[in-house]
Amino acid sequence: MKIIKTGLAGAVAALAMFAFSTQGMAGKDAVTLGMVLEPTHLDPTAGAAAAIDEVLYANVFEGLTRINSKGEVKPALAESWTVSDDGLVYTFKLHSGVKFHDGSDFNADDVVFSLNRARGEKSVNAQKALFKAIDKVEAVDPLTVKLTLKSPNGSMLFNLGWGDAVMVAPESADGNKTKPVGTGPFKFVKWVKGDRVELARSDKYWGSARVLGKATFKFISDPAAAFSAVMAGDVDGFPNFPAPENMDQFRSDPRFKVVIGSTEGETIMSINNAKPPFDNLKVRRAMAYAINRQSIIDGAMFGNGTPIGSHFAPHHPAYIDLTGQYAYDPAKAKALLKEAGFANGFKATLKLPPPSYARRGGEIIAAELKKVGIDLKIIPVEWGPWIKDVFKATNYDLTIVSHTEPMDIGIYARDKYYFNYKSDAFKAVIAELNRTSDSKARYALMGKAQKILADDAVNVFLFQLAKTGVWNAKLKGLWENAPVQANDLTGVSWAD
Amino acid sequence: MSEIELPGARESWHDFLAKAVHNRSFTIGAIITGFVLLMALLSFVWTPFDVTEMDIPGKLKWPNSQHWLGTDHFGRDVFSMLMVGARNSIAVAIVAVSIGMAIGVPLGAAAAASKGIFSDVIMRANDFIFAFPSLLLAILFTAIFGPSAINAMIAIGIFNIPVFARLAHGGSLALWQREFIFSARTSGKGPVRITIEHILPNLMNIMIVQGTIQFSLGILIEAGLSYLGLGTQPPDPSWGKMLSEAQTMMGFAPYLAIFPGLAIVITVLGLNLLGDGLRDIFDPKLRRKR
Amino acid sequence: MLTTLFFLRRTGFAAITLLIASVVIFGITQVLPGDPAELILGINAQEDTLAALREQMGLNAPVWQQYMHWIGGIITGDFGKSYTYSVPVSELIGARLWISLPLAIMSLLLSTAIAIPVGVLAASRHNKATDVSIMGATQLGIAIPNFWFAMLLVMIFAIKLRWVPAGGFAGWENGIFNGFKSLLLPAIALALPQASILARIMRSALLDVLAEDYMRTARAKGLPRSMVLWRHGVRNAFIPVLTIMGLQFSFLIAGTIIIENIFYLPGLGRLIFQAITQRDLIVLQGLVLLLVGLVIFINLLVDIAYSIVDPRIKGAFHE
Repeated sequence: MKIIKTGLAGAVAALAMFAFSTQGMAGKDAVTLGMVLEPTHLDPTAGAAAAIDEVLYANVFEGLTRINSKGEVKPALAESWTVSDDGLVYTFKLHSGVKFHDGSDFNADDVVFSLNRARGEKSVNAQKALFKAIDKVEAVDPLTVKLTLKSPNGSMLFNLGWGDAVMVAPESADGNKTKPVGTGPFKFVKWVKGDRVELARSDKYWGSARVLGKATFKFISDPAAAFSAVMAGDVDGFPNFPAPENMDQFRSDPRFKVVIGSTEGETIMSINNAKPPFDNLKVRRAMAYAINRQSIIDGAMFGNGTPIGSHFAPHHPAYIDLTGQYAYDPAKAKALLKEAGFANGFKATLKLPPPSYARRGGEIIAAELKKVGIDLKIIPVEWGPWIKDVFKATNYDLTIVSHTEPMDIGIYARDKYYFNYKSDAFKAVIAELNRTSDSKARYALMGKAQKILADDAVNVFLFQLAKTGVWNAKLKGLWENAPVQANDLTGVSWAD
Repeated sequence: MSEIELPGARESWHDFLAKAVHNRSFTIGAIITGFVLLMALLSFVWTPFDVTEMDIPGKLKWPNSQHWLGTDHFGRDVFSMLMVGARNSIAVAIVAVSIGMAIGVPLGAAAAASKGIFSDVIMRANDFIFAFPSLLLAILFTAIFGPSAINAMIAIGIFNIPVFARLAHGGSLALWQREFIFSARTSGKGPVRITIEHILPNLMNIMIVQGTIQFSLGILIEAGLSYLGLGTQPPDPSWGKMLSEAQTMMGFAPYLAIFPGLAIVITVLGLNLLGDGLRDIFDPKLRRKR
Repeated sequence: MLTTLFFLRRTGFAAITLLIASVVIFGITQVLPGDPAELILGINAQEDTLAALREQMGLNAPVWQQYMHWIGGIITGDFGKSYTYSVPVSELIGARLWISLPLAIMSLLLSTAIAIPVGVLAASRHNKATDVSIMGATQLGIAIPNFWFAMLLVMIFAIKLRWVPAGGFAGWENGIFNGFKSLLLPAIALALPQASILARIMRSALLDVLAEDYMRTARAKGLPRSMVLWRHGVRNAFIPVLTIMGLQFSFLIAGTIIIENIFYLPGLGRLIFQAITQRDLIVLQGLVLLLVGLVIFINLLVDIAYSIVDPRIKGAFHE
């Protein structure tokens, strides 16, 4: 144990004896990771908070399929599956000998229970729509499950890999919020609310992966405290460090490895397309010209992030670079505003949710738009009122938010979505995309969709949120990118 | 809680000045407060740089000949932001104290004049507000109505009401026992008239002293609220917000965390000294102790 | 006899105040914009799912029924179950209390330990250089915002010297010393302004006492100066100091809220913010009621203590 050199060392020397008992046991068979947000509870099938998945997904709970670090669908509790030619019947073959952490067997009945619980009438599943296509779930024998769909759905296997679709047991499901019981390589040990969740290696694990003996997720929401926790070694890493301004300091320290990865978060300034003057295409384009993406990435994110020109992730193969379409040009913005009849600009509001990308980015955007005559009043809002006011009631002018769901360009085709964007051309493209299975043709359609959104300047597309990871240089196997919100510890180990 | 003895009559301006120049607390306090006020007023017409002007490539520059106190993470001039921040802090504190005085003093004086149930109700209501810790009240208030400088003013103002009400109540009760009020009563004046003509003017001194103290408290609470993101909102600079933004940058830009804090300390110190000085001047008997 | 009457009246008032406070607090949480169910289930939640969750949380009942249910529970010691954590509120508060309470006590002890000797020293050297510089220092101490002082402490002791952690709580089960270490800087930051105020009160109270006749008598009897000062002076000056400490309690709570946020201590102050952002109304209600109740209780104690020490106060304290 480290000797602490406080000025009061003499007075507390007696107390120090207590510390010996538990300190120094953190050998190389344990890992402690920092997270910004604490899960609200520990049941991935009953809440939308990303933090729930970040603690439990792939660690404690597993689904029939799983998403790996590259965003691909891989077998998990289902060792294989077949799909009927019409795409309506999925037959899953389950692994044998799988046990829940409480010792009970995992079998086809648990699959039926889990999926029916998620899509049933009393379901409180945040992503209930994932299961909409399912017509019925049947147990053929203890290790075979048959899933019948109402209509073909190309993303069914991906959907079953979400944290919201993990397998739970009827006996323990109700207690999962506080005492999660899954089939994963780690079993739940304890949750000190406001501080940390502890996991330990499960001796009942069915898979072959060797995992660390102990894993702790520590919740530190304050960026300054997060910084010192990393510096002091209180945590072995922060897969998603909250303050991008500190990354350079970590880089200059050989103890740490800094990994800037990608996320699925398209960060945009959403525009209420139905509300004048934003129903005017020229006004929207003027705003796109007036905003310098690079200055936002530099100013708000300290250089971390990739500029985007449409609602699409740059690391996806179907991405096309449209950032040049509205290259920063305040003069052009002014000219467009004049054409639109706003030579003297106008006033509007910008509602900002809590994350720093929004708060800081919003300040820069307000300063930039002011230069072309658009006077923005910044209104900070918490998530609660944001969901109610902005997202549901669409009672807003402009807002900044990161859309973190993977492959979510389809939201622009929804009839009721908070952008209030209506384009038949776009809807047609998405409808065709849903019918198309050939990946080359799909990519072409995705490109077309990206172009329409850029042409219509639906929102001001800012940047792809970066995953600013920092961890001990000896720690191996953490995900560099975040295709889904997870801290999969199955491959994590220490180099010696 | 005030230790001020109530004066029998108002002091003349001349007397006041004569005492003031010899009072060390008052002189230092007045100079500091005057300086801060001057900076705040000056910011209306002149600041070294435009406070909303961002210069991202020129961000996080240490203090230099051009930017006297450096630039922040958006490349804004810290000195200019402190000047405008002074204005915002002072505005919030003044309005908050005014709310407290304008509502609290009449309530307290009325309670003293009327006694009985009315008085009891007012004073119990005061105790009630006192039971809510000020910051807790402000946090709940801003959670409902949204964070803004105006809501911060109102929240701090509400918390000021019982302070002034209690003080006015205690002061008035003491005054009501005095000879000159008694003679006013015998000459047929009603309680309302006595309160307006005799009580309130004689409460002026203690109110000025308490006002100064509440003013400095208001600056502190405003800074705290803005630090928590519940007070003055961007693009308006505020000292508390500057501090909260500086927190993650303390490792490489400590100056960002030092100057706004110093600004708060200097302002509050000046006001407290001023308040102490005023107390001494208004009540020389207490000087022995201070 | 009179004391009992006074005691009953005061306690009665405190109870009524608390009851009204519960209505006000409940009202406040009802008008908070935002829906707990929407927050838990996020933006992709379907309407039927939201309705199912609201039903589960008991949010569909009429408001007055929710209030009666809540207050009825509290009277029997049941604070309800957290919307987000799905555990009893009392359990959440209980766990956090183990951080906030030691923090408050530590800062109280620390500030007293600093303030008493400093105040006594200043009074004993009245109007000399020591006194003047101590008074100047306390003026500064009052003027420094505790959260800024906390930042400076972090900058020096956590970032530069790395003696103590800059934030977070090590946990009591990891050794008392570690828990103590996490609370040290926060406690110092909280204690400084308190100590400054207390030192000033101590000094002026002591000066008052020293001017009393019995003190002169004691000194005239030839008792040593220091003995007179500590035995008689300090003991008698302690009453006003205790009173101020009681009155400062509400400020201490406010300070704890902000300091816990700076040091990221998972105490009651952070729980309030969490409860607000997550719209965990049942936790918020319980917590605010608890804090307000504490303030009322402490003020009640101060009032009663005062009336015992100084019978003249009876019935006229607030008048």
